[in-house]
Formats: sequence, structure tokens, C-alpha cells
Amino acid sequence: MIRLRGLYKTFEGKNQVHALRGIDLDIPKGQVFGVIGQSGAGKSTLVRCINLLERPTSGQIWVDDTEVTSLSSRQLRSARKRMGMIFQHFNLLSSRTAAGNIAYPLELAGADKTETKTRVEEMLKLVGLEDKAHAYPAQLSGGQKQRVGIARALANEPQVLLCDEATSALDPETTKSVLQLLKEINQQMGLTIVLITHEMPVIQEICDMVAVLEHGIIQEEGRVIDVFTKPKSQATRRMLQDTMEVRIPPDLLQRPEKSNGDCRRILKLSFVGPGAHEPLISDMVKRHPVNANILFGRIDQMKDIPFGMLLLEISGEADLVDQAVNYLQSQDVEVEVFQDV
Amino acid sequence: MFDSMTNQMLWDATKETLYMVAISVGIAHIIGLPLGVLLTTTDKGHILQNLPLNKVIGAVVNVGRSIPFIILMVAIIPFTRMVAGTSIGTTAAIVPLTVAAIPFVARLVESALKEVDSGVIEAAQAMGSTPAEIIRKVLLPEAMPSLVLGFTLTAVSLVGFSAMAGAIGGGGLGDLAIRFGYQRFRGDIMLQTVVILVVLVQGVQTLGDWVSRRVNKR
Ligand SMILES: Nc1ncnc2c1ncn2[C@@H]1O[C@H](COP(=O)(O)OP(=O)(O)O)[C@@H](O)[C@H]1O
Ligand SMILES: [Mg+2]
Repeated sequence: MIRLRGLYKTFEGKNQVHALRGIDLDIPKGQVFGVIGQSGAGKSTLVRCINLLERPTSGQIWVDDTEVTSLSSRQLRSARKRMGMIFQHFNLLSSRTAAGNIAYPLELAGADKTETKTRVEEMLKLVGLEDKAHAYPAQLSGGQKQRVGIARALANEPQVLLCDEATSALDPETTKSVLQLLKEINQQMGLTIVLITHEMPVIQEICDMVAVLEHGIIQEEGRVIDVFTKPKSQATRRMLQDTMEVRIPPDLLQRPEKSNGDCRRILKLSFVGPGAHEPLISDMVKRHPVNANILFGRIDQMKDIPFGMLLLEISGEADLVDQAVNYLQSQDVEVEVFQDV
Repeated sequence: MFDSMTNQMLWDATKETLYMVAISVGIAHIIGLPLGVLLTTTDKGHILQNLPLNKVIGAVVNVGRSIPFIILMVAIIPFTRMVAGTSIGTTAAIVPLTVAAIPFVARLVESALKEVDSGVIEAAQAMGSTPAEIIRKVLLPEAMPSLVLGFTLTAVSLVGFSAMAGAIGGGGLGDLAIRFGYQRFRGDIMLQTVVILVVLVQGVQTLGDWVSRRVNKR
């Protein structure tokens, strides 16, 4: 659906900025594809390259078998009409009402008055703002403005929706409801959504796939559940640390050694999917007589898949501890030995 | 407080001033507005970026703005004669007034359009707007409150300039003040023209502010 090949973007100026440094990416049709990265990673540049608001220094971009990088400006304008975009600061026309804003892309497409009117009403209904048709943006809340933005972006029935930090200016509750709306639209219309954000929960809430961007390079990509539960790159780990990972309090690790020469280990277990429901720890303790102490645990949801994380301290005779660890590793969980004490 | 002839003179002079100002504000906008649009859109990073053209228009506008009105009025007398057929009278005064106002309008329009949020322009581009559509449907409507204030400022300034034009035979309130108030020592007529000018300026400004507020949806 969207294919990026060898994308480089360098901003010239006093100091050259290499915002994108060799991006290859395939975004399948109908997916909600997230790009996450810290501020300055190049996310906005990446998403703005897709509709050529930013022209890449080199590289190719295909959207639906059209190589947009090779289009004339007239062709590009018509290609853009098939891509919707929403923005962090909404970017609505302050001089037009909600209905007027939604009508804008229809005017560009040459729709007549009655067509426009029906379509605007449809879109207002879709985003739940039937009663705000005649309100100006200044009279709307952030969440309502973004809904108008979404309605405007979708008015011409695009195949792709590009979202540049679409919820970053919204409070958590409003973010949830806007994401919910995007999720519904994705399912109902089979729309491909490319969503960039620096917020992990946003990816977790609605994305099917995610790419982790750092310093203009994609560090890791794949299904959200895989990337977040078995992160391969340092960048992802760092990102996870802020939201989902736990930092073990240092004095926990420095607890005095037991006198009998017992062994103590701290393990991190990650469960994905149905495994999250199994009584793994009690099974382990029954089979291998060790002491198990739960230091931290949480269970969470990625889009529709449950996943859990458990920080476990086991102690006992060195042999038994080893066996217990082996047992866990043979089960349907990810085991990471955090610390040998 | 005046005899009917003096009243008639004041009234005629007021009408002449209004006529000069209205026509020159109108023509100055017909020419200055597109110039201001060009000044904005050909600038760096804007929708029709063309730096050489931008520099040329900018330079011409600056030259126009830096010539004092009184000198401009005299300097373009041949041009005025060519356009208006004469260099004296109300209609002739419209020519220098308009010429002086064009660069002024161009700069005011430019500064109004530059205030338009670049994000909104970008959104319009992302929806596939042509540059002409962006100018018509985004830049001008979004800048309307500032454009109205600029229009008002131009009109107010031209009321003042028109009085100056009057002083060298252009008709209107300035002409009256000089010919009667100054040359015939009629301090009362002088005062009356000043009062009328103040009222005119106040009226135009109040109306402009009101319209600007009405079109401002922000
Ligand atoms: N128009 C521009 N001119 C110069 N540098 C830019 C421009 N846009 C972005 N950059 C730089 O490119 C880098 C990536 O920016 P951006 O894509 O906005 O990052 P993100 O959206 O991930 O925060 C940053 O270092 C930023 O300063
Ligand atoms: Mg950004």
C-alpha cells in the first residue's frame, strides 16, 4: 500500500540536519501503522514525506502503486486528494465553521452544493458532531476540533490517513475517545492509517504494527505485540523503560546474602496472549521447591491482546534455582534473568 | 453658526474629500492587494516562492513608501496630467493619492497575510489545493480581520493626505482650510474643517474596527 525505499532527508542550513537516514518501510493496506520515537527523531519528516509536504532528498515513495515522488505538481495535487491528514494543532480554518471546514476538500474536488451538503452531514455524524455544524473552531474544544479535522480528512474518502501527533495536544480522556474513533474508522472503512507519536499508550491502544524511529533510522519494526514484549533494539528498550518497564529499586538488589550460601535471582517474565492467564508460578513452586517472591507485576492490553509482566525473585539451593529457571524457560513465556545475586 | 453659503462650502468640501479618499482607497487596493499577495507568496518557503521577483517587488514598494507625499505629488504631475487630463482639482488629486497608497496597501496586506498560521496553509496543501485556491480560500479569508484594519488605516491616512493634496489646489477640506481659513484669516472655518476631519477619521476608524470584529471568528 505504502512503500518507502531508501528515503533520505537532509535539511540544509547553518547546521545540516540529517532528519531521515535511509528509511525502507512497507505499510500494508488496512493496517494501523504506528511510528514511535522521541522528539527530533524524524517522525514528522517521515510522515510528511508520504504526501510530499516534505520532499525527500533522495529515495522513492509509492502509495497504492503510484510513485508519488515522480508526479507532476498537478498529479501530486490529485494524489493528495486521496490521502487525508490530521495534525497535532488541528490546522482548521478559523474563518469557517465546522461544516465549512469539512466542505473545503469537497469544494476542491468540485462537488456541487447538494452533494457537499449531504456529505458534510454524513461526516459530522460519523465524528459525532451533528450539533456543532455551525460552530467556529474557536468555539470547539480540542477533541472536537480534532474530530472536525478527521471529518475533513475523510470527506473525500481517501485510502490513507496520515496522523502527525494527532492526539498529543489532547488530554488522556479525549485522546482515548479520538483513538477509539480512528479505530472504528479503520475497521469500518478499511482505511490505512499511518500514525506517528511519541506516546507509547497511543501505539498500544490502536496500532497493529509499529516502527521505532531514532536519529532518522528505523531501529525496529513489526507487530506491536512482538516489538513491545520482545524488544530487540536499545531504542525500543529505552522507550519502554519510560512507560512499561520497571526499574528495580537498587536496595532490592543489594539485600544481604543469606548465610547458608543460597542463591538468589531476579527474573523478568513476559506473557503474551492467553499465557497471561496460566498459574505458572504456583506450578513452578510445586515442581521445584524454591522460594518465589513477586516484586512487581502488571497486566496490560495491546490493542486486543493481553500481555503481562512479572518481576520475580527466586531463591534457594543453587541447583533448584537453576531447575526452576529452566522450567520457566520451557514454558510459554519470555524469561529474562535480570540479576544474579 | 455659519451663513448658508459657508455651510454649503463646508459640505461640498467634505463630499470632495470623501470622494477623493473613497476612489483612491479603492484603486489602491485593486493594485496593492495583488502586490501584497505576491510579496507574501513569493517569499522564502511560501506557496509561490520566487526570491528574485520578491526582491524586485519589495524594492519598488520600498522606494514608493520612502518618497514624502508632498514630493511625490509634485514629481508625478506629468503622469497625473496624462491620466486625469489635468493636474488641478479633485479628480487629479486622486492620482497621487492612489500612487502613494499602493505601496502602503501592499505592505499592510503582506503583513496581514503573513499572520496566517502556516499549519493551516499546510493543511490546505495536504488536501491538494492549488496556489490560487490557497490564496482565495485560505489566505484572504483567514487574514480578513487584519485586512479590514489595514483598509481602515489606509482610508484614515488618505484623509490626512487628501487634505495635503487640497493645499495645492486639489479641492476638499484641506483646500478650503488653506484658501479661507489661512489666506483669508477665517479662523472659524479653519477650526470647522479640522472638526470635520476629526469626525471623519473617528467615523472611519470606528466603522473599520466594528467590521473587523464582526469578521473575526478567532
Ligand atoms: N524545516 C526544517 N528545517 C530544518 N530542520 C528541520 C526542519 N524540520 C525538521 N527539522 C529537523 O529535523 C529533525 C527531525 O524533525 P522532526 O521530523 O520534526 O522530528 P519529530 O517529529 O520526530 O519530533 C529535527 O532535528 C528537526 O530540528
Ligand atoms: Mg513531530
